[in-house]
Order: sequence, then structure tokens, then C-alpha cells
Amino acid sequence: MAKVLMKGNEAIAEAAIRAGCRYFFGYPITPQTEVPEYMSRVMPKIGGCFLQAESEVAAINMVYGAAGAGARVMTSSSSPGVSLKQEGISYIAGAELPCVIVNVMRGGPGLGGIQASQGDYFQATKGGGHGDYHLVVYAPASVQEVVDLMGVAFDTADRYRNPVMVVADGIIGQMMEPVELPEPREYRIDPAKKPWAATGWTPESGRERAVINSLYIEIEELDELNMRLQARYDEIRKNETRWESYQLEGAEFVACAYGTVARICKAAIDELREEGIRVGLLRPITLWPFPEKAVREAAMADGVRGVLTVELNAGQMLEDVRLAVNGAKPVSFLGHPGSKMPTVEEIKSAIRRMKEEQA
Amino acid sequence: MSQTIFKKTGMLTDVPFHYCPGCTHGVIHRLVAEVIEELGMQDRAIGVAPVGCAVFAYKYFNCDMLEAAHGRAPAVATGVKRVHNDACVFTYQGDGDLASIGTAEIVHAAHRGEKITVIFVNNAIYGMTGGQMAPTTLVGQKTTTSPYGRDRDWCGAPIRMSEMLATIDGSAFIERVALNNPANIMRAKTAIRKAFLCQKEGRGFSMVEVLSTCPTNWGLSPVEAMKWLEENMIPYYPLGNFKDKEV
Repeated sequence: MAKVLMKGNEAIAEAAIRAGCRYFFGYPITPQTEVPEYMSRVMPKIGGCFLQAESEVAAINMVYGAAGAGARVMTSSSSPGVSLKQEGISYIAGAELPCVIVNVMRGGPGLGGIQASQGDYFQATKGGGHGDYHLVVYAPASVQEVVDLMGVAFDTADRYRNPVMVVADGIIGQMMEPVELPEPREYRIDPAKKPWAATGWTPESGRERAVINSLYIEIEELDELNMRLQARYDEIRKNETRWESYQLEGAEFVACAYGTVARICKAAIDELREEGIRVGLLRPITLWPFPEKAVREAAMADGVRGVLTVELNAGQMLEDVRLAVNGAKPVSFLGHPGSKMPTVEEIKSAIRRMKEEQA
Repeated sequence: MSQTIFKKTGMLTDVPFHYCPGCTHGVIHRLVAEVIEELGMQDRAIGVAPVGCAVFAYKYFNCDMLEAAHGRAPAVATGVKRVHNDACVFTYQGDGDLASIGTAEIVHAAHRGEKITVIFVNNAIYGMTGGQMAPTTLVGQKTTTSPYGRDRDWCGAPIRMSEMLATIDGSAFIERVALNNPANIMRAKTAIRKAFLCQKEGRGFSMVEVLSTCPTNWGLSPVEAMKWLEENMIPYYPLGNFKDKEV
């Protein structure tokens, strides 16, 4: 299929529709508003449902209802709105429902700003709402990648009956890039595939009565739910961890970055190579599960003298990188909280500084 | 020869209710279940349970059920109904759930004319958490968080949800009933039936507010509680139909 030029947010919406998503519940917030706008244009024409909810709280609970009813459903928002959704996300995780949540991250805390940020790493990867649960979290670094990951996100959600989050920083959402869209896929609500879904029941339905629920009042039952979830998370860690390696062969330094920041790192790495400084990049594509083993192996490789974590925040993934490296090599950090994008020059300077410090 | 002249509706499971003695939830469950069965909608019924005393409603209604977060049942029901347009979707909510933490969700479900049926149980108190003040607690009524009686200047007057929702264009059927005597219980059943028919006919949002008792947290015997409902709640929350809109 020929490439088309698309804005990230619109590409997210189109990719979701092509993955068979026919239900979208959301609320306007910059810089993700083009997602609901696109959905509101297209859904009525294809027999889908776009509904602008009264709040992000209501939107995520509509997602809970639609997911419980067996649909392929999503919502999108940006950081302050995603905070509002956290209650519902925890219930969705507890009720073991599949859905996709897109967070086009902006700067915080509070209202923060409307420019790109990666300030929600902790919120996305460490729970966000109450209780012991995880989302599968994808962090695309280009419009093409977010298009490719939307289909993966829906499939992963269904496979594990677990909510999946796609975190795109505001730049991914707002910039235009040429993309190749996937062929549309059909999704039908099939009680045989989702026998747990609420679709209408009689004792003759040939399945158990559906109870979509996260309440387990008996200690033993709550324990059983949590053990089931933890076992599922282990499966997800084993099967779904994704990352990209770039120029790691023979590197003296490893940069670790995701999303837009990783692309800036690649530019810096190419220029440093011309100076004779060998730097590679390890780019997590899943922020949860975090590619811990890949980061550790990259850091432990012969000749690697240190790791530089670069983020558009005050150092959040940095903690996971440090846990993975576990003190074996020095780990430095470059980043800006707020929305000031790290420059190629800054990244090059940070690497040069690491080299000088170890000289 | 024996002949069956009464049996429990198949729309209720055999799980024993956990409700306190004298609580009217059991009666309301039965009325809702009987209406759904009598309308022949059991195979299409999908219920949404609240947080509060009826949190375990999913154990009792013998149909597909979802348990919602506190106050969010109308939003969850919206999601279900948008997916299964032909389903009979209902929420079952108390006064804390519907009239306090869930006011945005109930107002906007009504505003959109969401084709769902809401059973709103108003007993003027929070039951599950042990008798705290509700938005519907009467002025002067003592609860564990209004120990000197509800102060109108400090907490506002009790909220009348049926009257408020009836002003909204998208609501089609709104009625307030009480369970204080057999005649009113039969009227309640008729109202619940009309509300479900309203949904079936696609006329819009429907709600029945049921004035109910909470002997445990009111500190009264079941009989005294019925009298208290009659003497205190009905004068403030008048019974009757507030809306019955044709298509």
C-alpha cells in the first residue's frame, strides 16, 4: 500500500479502526484532541460508535461497559485526563477486561503545559491507580510505529484480557509523517471467543452467567485473583517485551531512551561516531514489561563503560535502568522535566563528559 | 393434588440475600426481577450493580451483570447499551452512589437520553459504610457524620433527584414510589414495569426512585422504619410520576 502523510493523532485513530475498533469514548484535551475528532468523523460512517463523554471518568467507565460487553474499545487522552481515568483503569485491570488507552503525554504536574513530555512513565508503568496491577505499555518513536503498535495493542489486550496503554509523547501525536497503513481487519463480538462477556444470557446459553467484577470480598478469593494476575504478568514479561537495538556492536557507551527522545539520541550517536566515540542505543518499545534483560546485557557487554538514560522528565525510566544495571556500570541521566526537548548537542556533551570522567 | 400457585421468579438466583432484617432491598430486587421476567426480557437483560448495600446485586439477578465503580453505573451501562442496542440494560443504585459521587454520570446519561432503566433506591442514608449522611438525608436527621442532625445551612437541603432529572430533555420516564404498604408496593411494580417498557420502546432514559427503609442505620425496628418513611420521607419526597414522555 502506498504511503500517506498523516498527523500522529489521526494515524492513531485510523490504525485503531483498521484493527477492528468500533467503539470510542473520550473527552477533548490537548494535545490528543485530533483522535476523538477523527473518530467522530469516521465512526458514524462505518457503523461504529463515537461518544463524547461528560468527563474522562465517565469515558473510561463507558470503556469498562463496552469491554465487558465484548467489544473492541478504546479511549484516548493526555496526562491530566489520564490521571482522571486511573480509577476506571484499576477496575478494568481488576475485572480482567481488554481495552486500549492512548496517552499523548504532555508536561505536568497539575495542568502543566501542552507540549510533549514523558512525565507519565511512572504512572503508566507502576500502576497509576490503586492495587497490584500492570498495563502493557507501548512507547512508539514514530507515526509509523504507533500505527503498527495500535493493532498489536488490541491483540495483546484480547490475548491476555488486560488493559493496554500506548504512550505517545505530544510530538508523536502532533507531527506529520508518511505512513503505510495496515489492511483493515474485521472484529466481531463472538461469545465463543469471549465467553466471559455480557451479551445477554439464559440458562440454555451454554456458558456461565457473565459477571464482570473486581470485588472479591473473601481474602482467599482476592488472593486467587491477584495470583492469577501475577501469573499473567509473568507470561506477558516472557512473551511481549519489545525493544530496538541501534549501533550497540562495539559501543563504549549505551544510551537508553524511548519515544521521540530516542530519535534525537540516534542523531547524536551518528554524529559521535564521526568523532570516533562509539555509542549505541537501546530503545525500550514496551515500557512495561521493561526490557530489563536486554538493558542489562547491553550494559554488561565487553567494552561498555557506562549508560546514559535520556528522558523528557526528571528521571523516571532511570530507576528501571539502574535496577537492570544493578551498579555494574555507571548510569548517568540527561533530561528535562517540563517539556524542553533534549538537543543532539546536549546528548553529545553528556556522552563526552562521561568519557572524560572515566579518562 | 397440589398445584403451584406461586413460585420465585427465575430472574433471581438462589443465593440468599445478605440484606439486614426489614431492609427493603429484597422487595425491590424481586419487583425488578419479576418485571423483567414478565416482559420476557430475561435473555436480553444486562444489569449494572453499584457500590453500596446493593454491591452484591450481581449475585442475585440471574442475568449477565457488571459491577461498577462507585457512582459510575450509568456510564458503564452506556458502554453496554451502545454495544448491545437491543439489550435490556439496567442499573441499580443507592442514594450515595447516584445522588452524590455519581451525579455527573446520572445527569449526563439522562441528558443523552440513554436508553437504560435506572432503579434508584433512596433510603436517606449510607447503609454499607454504616450510616453516614447522604445527599438525601433529611434536615435534622442524625447520622454518624451528622451526629447533631443535618444542618441545612452547613450541608444544604436534601437533593430531589427525580424532580431534577425530569427537567432534562433526554429523560422519558421518571417516577417516585415508596414501599411503605402493599398498595404502594404494587404501584412501585407498575412504575418499574413502565420504566422497562419505556426502554423497550426506545423512548429514552427511564428511572424509578424507590423510597426505602434502613432500620439498621436509622436505629428503628422495621415497623417503626416504615412509619418514619411515611411521616418524614414522603412529605419531603412526594410520590408520583414526574415524566412519561411519548416518543
